[in-house]
Amino acid sequence: MDVELLEIRQHMGRFPPFDGLSDDLLDAIAEQVEVSYFKTGSSILALNEMLNDLCYIRSGAVEVYRSQGELYNRLGEGDIFGHFSLLRNHKVRFPAQAIEDTLIYFIPKAVFLRLCEEDEHFADFVELERPRLESAAEQQKKSNDMMVTRIRKLLTRYPVMVETSTSVQQAAQQMSEAQASALLVIKEGSDNPRFSFKDSEGQTWQMCGILTDSDFRTRVVAEGLSPQTAVGEVVSSRLITIQSDASVYEAMLMMLRSNVHHLPVLYRQRPVGVVHLSDIIRYETHSGLYLVSNIFHQSSAQGLARLAPDVSAAFVRMVQEGANSQMVGSALSTIGRSFTRRLLEMAEAELGPPPVPYCFMVNGSMARNEQSIVTDQDNALILSDDFVPDQHDDYFYALAKIVSDGLDACGYTYCKGDVMATNAQWRQPLSVWKGYFQDWMAKPTPERLLHSSIFFDLDSCYGEDLYVETLQDLIAETAPKSPLFLAAMARNALNRTPPLGFFRTFVMEQDGKHNNSINLKRRGTAPMVDLVRIHALACGSKAQNSFQRLNDISKTQLLANGMSDKLSYAFEFLCMSRIRHQMIDLQEDRLPDNNIEPENVADSERHTLKDAFQVLSNAQKFLKYRYPMPAQRQGR
Amino acid sequence: MLDIRPRQKITQADWKGYMAQRAQQAKNPALQQFFGTPLPDPETPISEVPMVALDMETTGLDERRHAIVSIGLVPFTLNRIKLAERRYWVVKPSRPLAEASITYHHITHSEIAHAPDLEEVLDALLAQLAGRLVVVHFRNIERPFLNAAVKTRRGEGVLFPMIDTMSLEARLHRQTLWARFRRWLGRPPVSIRLHASRERYGLPAYQGHHALVDALATAELLQAQIATHYRPDTPLKDMWC
Repeated sequence: MDVELLEIRQHMGRFPPFDGLSDDLLDAIAEQVEVSYFKTGSSILALNEMLNDLCYIRSGAVEVYRSQGELYNRLGEGDIFGHFSLLRNHKVRFPAQAIEDTLIYFIPKAVFLRLCEEDEHFADFVELERPRLESAAEQQKKSNDMMVTRIRKLLTRYPVMVETSTSVQQAAQQMSEAQASALLVIKEGSDNPRFSFKDSEGQTWQMCGILTDSDFRTRVVAEGLSPQTAVGEVVSSRLITIQSDASVYEAMLMMLRSNVHHLPVLYRQRPVGVVHLSDIIRYETHSGLYLVSNIFHQSSAQGLARLAPDVSAAFVRMVQEGANSQMVGSALSTIGRSFTRRLLEMAEAELGPPPVPYCFMVNGSMARNEQSIVTDQDNALILSDDFVPDQHDDYFYALAKIVSDGLDACGYTYCKGDVMATNAQWRQPLSVWKGYFQDWMAKPTPERLLHSSIFFDLDSCYGEDLYVETLQDLIAETAPKSPLFLAAMARNALNRTPPLGFFRTFVMEQDGKHNNSINLKRRGTAPMVDLVRIHALACGSKAQNSFQRLNDISKTQLLANGMSDKLSYAFEFLCMSRIRHQMIDLQEDRLPDNNIEPENVADSERHTLKDAFQVLSNAQKFLKYRYPMPAQRQGR
Repeated sequence: MLDIRPRQKITQADWKGYMAQRAQQAKNPALQQFFGTPLPDPETPISEVPMVALDMETTGLDERRHAIVSIGLVPFTLNRIKLAERRYWVVKPSRPLAEASITYHHITHSEIAHAPDLEEVLDALLAQLAGRLVVVHFRNIERPFLNAAVKTRRGEGVLFPMIDTMSLEARLHRQTLWARFRRWLGRPPVSIRLHASRERYGLPAYQGHHALVDALATAELLQAQIATHYRPDTPLKDMWC
């Protein structure tokens, strides 16, 4: 192409959706561009004017309004506008004004249509927000950290070591006691400097070899050797070791190459452990499970509290390995439930068996299996109807206190709204709980529901599951038939709105104000959860997880076709953004929170977040229309 | 930067009369055609005037010693700059290309080796300019160079009204009382070169010294100047020179 238009195509080539275009198409645009300058405050597109071009901001800034004059978006260099009008009837429905001196490149309609036709990505970008969200949400690349994790992380204890003179029987006994599948055979002195090391007392030893479970079978028993044979006589002299700072991946390669299942791990010369092939496989697949089993091995609240760093580590690892938000959410919820259960077991051990059956109910994010690393506790006790307060309540208060204090020590802070089993109001027999829910649904006001809506995410954690199931059935039965209740919930769900998106390094609000950070939970995931819950209640779903709720909703006619998918992608993206930023906080030794700062958001993430906010905003508007306040209010 | 010094002072108030007179006198058909195409009336609001931004790269600044290397044209109006209608020619300079000028405008020996003489593109160039108001940044290059080049090839020169974005900037930044006061204080004058002028209007920095890019940059600058300091109904006669 003409070199003289490089200026234009290079600029466009840096911004989405043009960044994905072929050179040919970029050339075609640059060829046809028309240019115009707009002084600050001047109108670029007027309402109902005919529009025949796509507008591209080469420099400056532009505000786009809804037809009623409400601010719709604020755009800067590299952004486009006018495509909605072009795709519909060419009449401007979103007028635009320059808020800085602005240079616009107009891309004629014919070129625009050609782009839509020849480039799928471009068409997706201008036609709907879903594909961008979809691909972003699904583009969780599995970045394997086996390459970077050092093998020493997998070691749980020092190696069992015996001297060459030890009998095979004694050696076998030591292995059994230590539950080790291999031991290292050592002798005093140093023939071979390569395997020599000094112990903590300064004595020099030499590592002669390794003896594994299978060596006992093949070299001792199969050969018919006496149990008194010295290990030095049966040990394999072929010794393959690895340095402790080698990566897990290197260790795996070495095992495969040398065809061994055990590798002594050395720090400089000194053996610090033995890693088995299964350790590596376990690391790769089940790390979360080990944390959970560790939780159940603890015998005190202090012991549990010491596991808090492991929870963060498991979280970081999961995210690095490309887990999606559902995997992270359910893993963290499982861990949280495990803490709760273990504390309840400890409490029962301390207080004795419960006087009447009970169910420990969890609410909020734990009930939804959507817990994040930053979380407080929401729980309650449902007691048997045989409960007699004067006789039994001391026990359950004490039980609740142990759990609540324990959870706090483990990093699950007390609930600010006092939704905890320690609160007498939330420590009631099943019949009272039924009354609560019936009352909330029959005589709702937004104000009353504001504090109790947390109970509409509910799950059993420990004890009589049937109690919670009874309540879930009751809700699923009653809610769809209670328009007033749904309307009140809907009204509350609109209290927290998403921002418009980003403008340069600020978060844009509907009123045009700027903020320099955004609480992604309050402005993104929480309003989304609220919204999904209402539709789920309306269709009688008993699911507690937002994704499962969306699944149930999609089977009904409640939302327009494809809408629940769209919400699902938007929710996934919002959750992952929040999770990723929390991971970065943890990696940089900051206390993780729900805030993200726009300057830390990559361009691609910024655009997708903007799309996700837009999906949420549109869905909120629909909520108001779908669940109107009934005309006659009863009882008011 | 080389010293820029106006060689010919043109203060032609009656452009309409001059153009009509030249149309009568011209012998060359292309020039007859050019001068015979009427320009908008001096009272025409600027928003209704068809314009064309023109820029040339030359081997130097003296039309008697240096030659034209490339010409860029971008037709436009106050509302739209139409890149699709742009024209660009590299021409073989009648005088040798100095190494110093190559570094300046990046047009190399091999590029001009196959380029036509200006003679071959002159008719097309004049056809593009006819009836449109030519807009340049610093008319004291384009005007004398074009005049001299045409005179050599067709025996008669071309002079026509232009809008000079540099002199519009000079009016604002060099001739005001404030500017004179600043000068009296010994302050350096505000730069009125293309890039610096564009910056004042928030226009992006383009890679300069390409005739077409500079023509585009000039057209954008005029739009910005009018949007900022004039009005769409400002008559043409207030701007041309």
